[in-house]
Amino acid sequence: MRVLGLILAGGKSEKLGKLVYKRASAALPIAGKYRAIDFTLSNMVNSDIIKVGVLTQYNPRSLMDHLGSGKEWNLDRKKGGLYILQPYIGLNGQYWYRGTADAIFQNITVLKRGEEDYVLIGSGDHIYKMIYNDLYMYHFTKGADITLVTKELDESYNIKDYGTVVVNDDMRVIEFNEKVDNPPSRRAFLGIYFINKHLLMDLLYTIVPDGGYDLLLDVILPKINELKVYAYDFKGYWRNIKKGIDEYFRINMEIIENRGIREELFYKNGKVFTKLKDFPPAKFTATSIVDNSVIADGCVISGMVKNSVLFRGVVVKAGARIENSIIMQGTVIEEGATVKNAIIDKDCIVREGQTLIGDFEPVVLEKRMIV
Amino acid sequence: MKNIVALILAGGQGTRLGVLTEKIAKPAVQFGGKYRLIDFTLSNCVNSGIYKVGVLTQYKPHLLNKHIGIGKPWDLDRKDGGVTILQPYFTEKEKVWFSGTADAVYQNIEFVDEYSPEYVLILSGDHVYSMDYNELIDYHISKSALATVACLEVPLSEANRFGIMVTDLENRIVEFQEKPQKPKSNLASLGIYIFQWDFIREVLISDAKNPESSHDFGKDIIPKILETSRIFAFPFDGYWRDVGTISSYLEANLELTRPIPAFNIHDKNWRIYTHSEEMPPAYISKEAKIKNSLISEGCEIYGSIENSVISQGVEVGKGSVIKNSVIMSKVKIGDNCYIENTIIAENVIVGNSVKIGVGEFAESKLNSKIYNSEISVIGMDSIIKDEVTIGKNCVIGNEKVVDFRITLESGDYIY
Repeated sequence: MRVLGLILAGGKSEKLGKLVYKRASAALPIAGKYRAIDFTLSNMVNSDIIKVGVLTQYNPRSLMDHLGSGKEWNLDRKKGGLYILQPYIGLNGQYWYRGTADAIFQNITVLKRGEEDYVLIGSGDHIYKMIYNDLYMYHFTKGADITLVTKELDESYNIKDYGTVVVNDDMRVIEFNEKVDNPPSRRAFLGIYFINKHLLMDLLYTIVPDGGYDLLLDVILPKINELKVYAYDFKGYWRNIKKGIDEYFRINMEIIENRGIREELFYKNGKVFTKLKDFPPAKFTATSIVDNSVIADGCVISGMVKNSVLFRGVVVKAGARIENSIIMQGTVIEEGATVKNAIIDKDCIVREGQTLIGDFEPVVLEKRMIV
Repeated sequence: MKNIVALILAGGQGTRLGVLTEKIAKPAVQFGGKYRLIDFTLSNCVNSGIYKVGVLTQYKPHLLNKHIGIGKPWDLDRKDGGVTILQPYFTEKEKVWFSGTADAVYQNIEFVDEYSPEYVLILSGDHVYSMDYNELIDYHISKSALATVACLEVPLSEANRFGIMVTDLENRIVEFQEKPQKPKSNLASLGIYIFQWDFIREVLISDAKNPESSHDFGKDIIPKILETSRIFAFPFDGYWRDVGTISSYLEANLELTRPIPAFNIHDKNWRIYTHSEEMPPAYISKEAKIKNSLISEGCEIYGSIENSVISQGVEVGKGSVIKNSVIMSKVKIGDNCYIENTIIAENVIVGNSVKIGVGEFAESKLNSKIYNSEISVIGMDSIIKDEVTIGKNCVIGNEKVVDFRITLESGDYIY
């Protein structure tokens, strides 16, 4: 059995504000050294998928730079490997991807030409660790046409922001509610599909040319009674950074607070691979005070860091104080500066004695800003 | 720069590092948190624009070979040149092992000839230093030298530990003294040589035929070629350490943790490249206290770390204190331990309430030549169980198990 991986990474994600002015949300740095897409991409590689297509559209430069030839994920191969699928101008006109189904349909050649029997479709914005092999087995055991990965969401998720499914006793999906208040179930669809490739091609050929551009709403749901659509229950940690800056901030903080989550994300079921940067180990000087934080390689810390995530190569000078913050690669916090409840993007400088304090919502400093 | 080949001598055992090089070659010993010794020389090569590199191995090369691989981390996976691992081989003449540094190069003449270089750079794979070889090459060319030896000024009192170059006013080497009792100069050879290939090729061939030669660059080749009067000393004044002994190894590691280190591995313009395992960033807990230390990726720190170098994937439990120590990758240290002046090699597991490096110094009962300081050394893959106490200058071999509540007095060993 061969599986083609497709990662939807073209979204604009307006809720992430300044963080995605210059990058796709899938390229958003997270957890000290990764970008969001690393999780889904590593999951695929760890599940023996050797051909992965990444569908991009919005601001793809940093994502492209990050993925490169795919060598960090062992995807620089003669057989399979990494395919970047961008919108293009063709003989029949030029369209941006008008939806998930349209995006895949415009690249149907990749499906046609490949030797794969199945397609796993994921999203570049989701933070979770999963070996898909169990999902494959589930799909076969149920005799499913399409399997959707779902999760029972607890109260920490704002359920009206998620699409939810209602299942029968056999876990077959019988109803879907797209982002409604008070849905009948808290079982959310996680945006991960497993589907027979030829079935997917048939569905796309039938529906997309008639203007159905969304894979779930236009392609799958109208046929929910004819197709056997099953829900697979995922019990692990799963969050979607697209839900907003708060959610992005929360994920980073959960990684700090909870060793179980760190172990699940980084040590169980294979590694999370990312672009190598060749930074030396972090250096803690005599004046450093670090408390409950994640510190990446290349940092030089002389000040105070508390409940924060420091990406690679961050410099915290003596007397600087950082609290409840996310500081991205290469940023310098100078002597005596105070940073609290903030997200500071890459290569910023917070000058000597300056103060940057967010209150209810974290304050966000754009890339390369100097304050 | 196209016409130079670098040969890195990486076959040495490094006997004075004792248990640390019992299972691996010295160039493969970890250093500075995430590196292995050979990374410094390989990085110097690529940072100097030298992309034709041969690595000569002999002693326990497996880990070293795996580390270098096809040279990807150093951008040495190239169509033209790149890194080649040169292992001893035998031919119909039955010659097998490399019997000295010069013999090692002699046996690989064909490899160098492939590139028909003008210059060949001979380097050592077990020194920690940063050197732009272009300066050495330019100097060599400006002197129209046949050979140039990189030298460092050392205190006269220590000159008896080195090969000493006596030079004239133009830095021409006029005499070579091997570990002299009465040094005539304080210019010590760093074991870094650049030669005109055509010249040294002939010298090596004739040296190979000389049964009285020990086939060593320092001892045999350099003294012999001085008569050409075209051998020069290149005065190097940067950072260079031979981490050949247990105490110099620990000292050089701890130097990196100083506020203004002699060698700045955080220098963005002189990156050190290595092959390292993918690990998440380090986690530092609320209880942790870290001063003057290097902490690598994958660490989970709940204890106190002072003046220490902690490699990748190390765990330090609550209430544990680590001082003046080097902890290599994937070591797990339990709760309430006290570890001082200790080198712990890769993959060691230390239980709870273990003390290492306590008590008064005593002479080593194992080998007082190798183990002659307060430093205790724990070999790789060993297990030290709960409530063990280990004194100063102790040695635990590789893959040993130290059972519950055992006490080792200073100078003791389990080997």
